[in-house]
Amino acid sequence: MSAGAVSHVAEDRPRATGGRAPDVFSRSGWVPMREHALGDEVDFAIVGSGCGGAVLATKLAEAGHSVVMFDAGPFWRPLSDFASDEREQDKLYWLDPRVSDGDDPLELGANNSGRNVGGSTTHFQMVSLRFRPDWFKSRSKLGYAVDWPVDWHEMWHYYAEAERAMAISGPISYPWGPKRGRYPYREHEVNAAGLVLARGAEALGVAWAPTPLATVSAPRGKSPPCVYRGMCKIGCSTNAKQSMLVTYIPRALAAGAEIRDLAMVGRIDTGPDGRVTGVEFHRDGGWHVQRARNVVVAGYSIETPRLLLNSACGRYPNGLANGSDQVGRYLMVHSNHAVWAEMDEEIRWYKGPPSMACCEHWNYDDDDPSRDFHGGYSFMSQGPLPGDFAGTLVTATGAFGLDLRERMARYNRMAGLKIVGETMPQADNRVTLSDEKDGFGLPRARITFGYCDNDRRLYRHSLRFMSRMLQAAGGHDLLETSSTAHLMGGCRMGSDPETSVTDANGRSWEIPNLWICDGSLMPTAGGVNPALTIVANAARIGDRIVAMGRKGTI
Amino acid sequence: MTERFSAPYRGYDVLDKWDTPSFNDQTRRVLRGRMDPPPRRFFSDTEWRVLLALCARAMPQPERTDPVAMAPFIDADLHAGRGTGTRRADMPEPGAAWRRGLAALDAEAVARHGRGFADLDAAAANAILRAVDSGDLADPAAWDGLPAQRFLRETALKHIVSIYYSQPQGMSEIGYGGPASPRGYVRLGTDRIDPWEAPHGQWPDR
Ligand SMILES: Cc1cc2nc3c(=O)[nH]c(=O)nc-3n(C[C@H](O)[C@H](O)[C@H](O)COP(=O)(O)OP(=O)(O)OC[C@H]3O[C@@H](n4cnc5c(N)ncnc54)[C@H](O)[C@@H]3O)c2cc1C
Ligand code: SF4
Repeated sequence: MSAGAVSHVAEDRPRATGGRAPDVFSRSGWVPMREHALGDEVDFAIVGSGCGGAVLATKLAEAGHSVVMFDAGPFWRPLSDFASDEREQDKLYWLDPRVSDGDDPLELGANNSGRNVGGSTTHFQMVSLRFRPDWFKSRSKLGYAVDWPVDWHEMWHYYAEAERAMAISGPISYPWGPKRGRYPYREHEVNAAGLVLARGAEALGVAWAPTPLATVSAPRGKSPPCVYRGMCKIGCSTNAKQSMLVTYIPRALAAGAEIRDLAMVGRIDTGPDGRVTGVEFHRDGGWHVQRARNVVVAGYSIETPRLLLNSACGRYPNGLANGSDQVGRYLMVHSNHAVWAEMDEEIRWYKGPPSMACCEHWNYDDDDPSRDFHGGYSFMSQGPLPGDFAGTLVTATGAFGLDLRERMARYNRMAGLKIVGETMPQADNRVTLSDEKDGFGLPRARITFGYCDNDRRLYRHSLRFMSRMLQAAGGHDLLETSSTAHLMGGCRMGSDPETSVTDANGRSWEIPNLWICDGSLMPTAGGVNPALTIVANAARIGDRIVAMGRKGTI
Repeated sequence: MTERFSAPYRGYDVLDKWDTPSFNDQTRRVLRGRMDPPPRRFFSDTEWRVLLALCARAMPQPERTDPVAMAPFIDADLHAGRGTGTRRADMPEPGAAWRRGLAALDAEAVARHGRGFADLDAAAANAILRAVDSGDLADPAAWDGLPAQRFLRETALKHIVSIYYSQPQGMSEIGYGGPASPRGYVRLGTDRIDPWEAPHGQWPDR
């Protein structure tokens, strides 16, 4: 395609129009894209193009279904759109405010919410771990939370598929979990920040591993190997990162899916028979309607419930799929507590992906006498960029002035360990609608969150353990900080319509042609980062829907 | 009290890499746009004076004749309505929080010293910031329900430092590699550095 001048800025006007979409592997090129008329009733309208939406769109389009996928955010070409700059790259995040309350109000925005084609994977940190098998039946096997309506053996198959699709680079033998096949790409060299974790783990006698990461350690198609520039959290400008934007999105386009960027879906329409008929979306300055036989919501744990609630109508006065008052409930995060230490040597943690070494000891050890909590946590080495780390320091300590500048001057000698800690699903941790409206006139989401006692015991345990580990590795002047990461749940799947929103296939109990496919389906959070699980689950749901299509039972 | 900043990476400047493979066009464009502070459009004269004083206390730069400017970028962000994605239920939106918080800081100064925040010497201003951070308020009514510590840490300081460390001077003084695309790094191990990184820092304790 033409290498002509870049026509316009991605944030200002949609790029995927006129029968073509951005070629994400070029600086200004295009790939062909099939388009559908608004009046055409497409097989599937998918809202959101992250882990859930992009994978499902690919599966459905590859099976011959007509698909239109919407994303509220822009369609980037990383090679020419992504700068090496923290402030500039804020543009990847969902920055329209959500109202946050509860006993432990959540930070949203850059902390957990993307807004662009590819979803939150354009800025995720690529840590790609599988759930512990027992977690899919944590109520029956481990005595807490709820069971998934899914068997771990089936998930294991889809984890392998997801790891191939995202070309995960990982160690030859991974210390935890059932025996597994090799990772598609060899592990990355562990940076100095990761070696601090390794040293500490060896001193305390627990296992550690080079983190399995979704960035390639050798060339793959048009993706060059990772160059260890360390800016993964603000967008990978080389395309080494195997985000949805450079893996599934090109596949979906090649299979005939249409993608509409800068297209905010504000409402799902329903017909007199109670089935959904399509979506209303805002694009290019106006509202439009796309008709569809099925609608899939894949906007992640805040926007998915928000859209269902905002689509209330005479027949469904409390929102769609909300007959049992489950939409928006059981929202979870990962506790993201950290310990930071100063080392004697220069670590320079800005080099390489931020989390190159990990430890899942507390996800698998059930018998240690110090364990005083249900669930698990993993932790990883850290490498925050300067603005990010300075923000952590002032938030945690209130430091300012020369004291702060001196602390920041030791940036190159810092190391840190941070957990991905499981929190329990609680009905009152939830998404509702606020009375404020956004620029589209749509009620904004209100997020209410509070930890339970178990959550607190878990992160306190982690702080004690990580402090010991950092000291064992030679760290001094320790600082503990608290935060959260990731979102899970909010529209959970299950086996009982009274306590869940969808069945195991993501089909809403209440409306047979309304589906959900994203992180909001997760009934529990597990002690690992969620993206790989969301991708695997979406691939599983995709295969199930395709099979139903063949049998005529969609 | 004299203030001195001892920089471990004196002489290192990320901008020396401007014409090397560590910088690409889009990064150069962004940094060029950051060289000229934008005009003030959001804050009033009175608010502006308090803001300048607050930035000077948050990030004092006694060693620089031409200190890094932060206030104009905060003003521009608020003028543009740039958000963070979160509004705590007990906080107003960022622009209103800033206005109320700056007015309250000024009121704290008047209540304690009979002068505005911008007219205090460094020690007095620092003492007020520490008091506000610990919830010790001399004029609670001026805060009008705004959580003082949260305003100071999460609205004000966090915003100020995000601007300071986005400027090449901020990156350079901590020995950060700075822009790194298309060229990243090769030497990842402990104490190992690429030729295009800052040389080892001068550490008094090593
Ligand atoms: C900084 C950061 C680091 C992370 N690091 C990791 C990591 O290392 N490992 C890991 O496993 N996970 C990580 N995550 C989490 C991971 O990215 C998410 O869990 C995952 O992307 C969620 O997938 P999803 O499909 O549910 O939603 P998303 O990927 O967020 O996609 C949702 C998309 O829907 C769009 N959308 C929402 N509502 C609408 C609407 N009404 N109309 C149109 N479009 C809409 C949004 O714009 C968005 O693009 C990280 C997240 C962040 C923020
Ligand atoms: S470290 Fe690797 S994955 Fe991360 S931004 Fe750089 S090239 Fe991309």
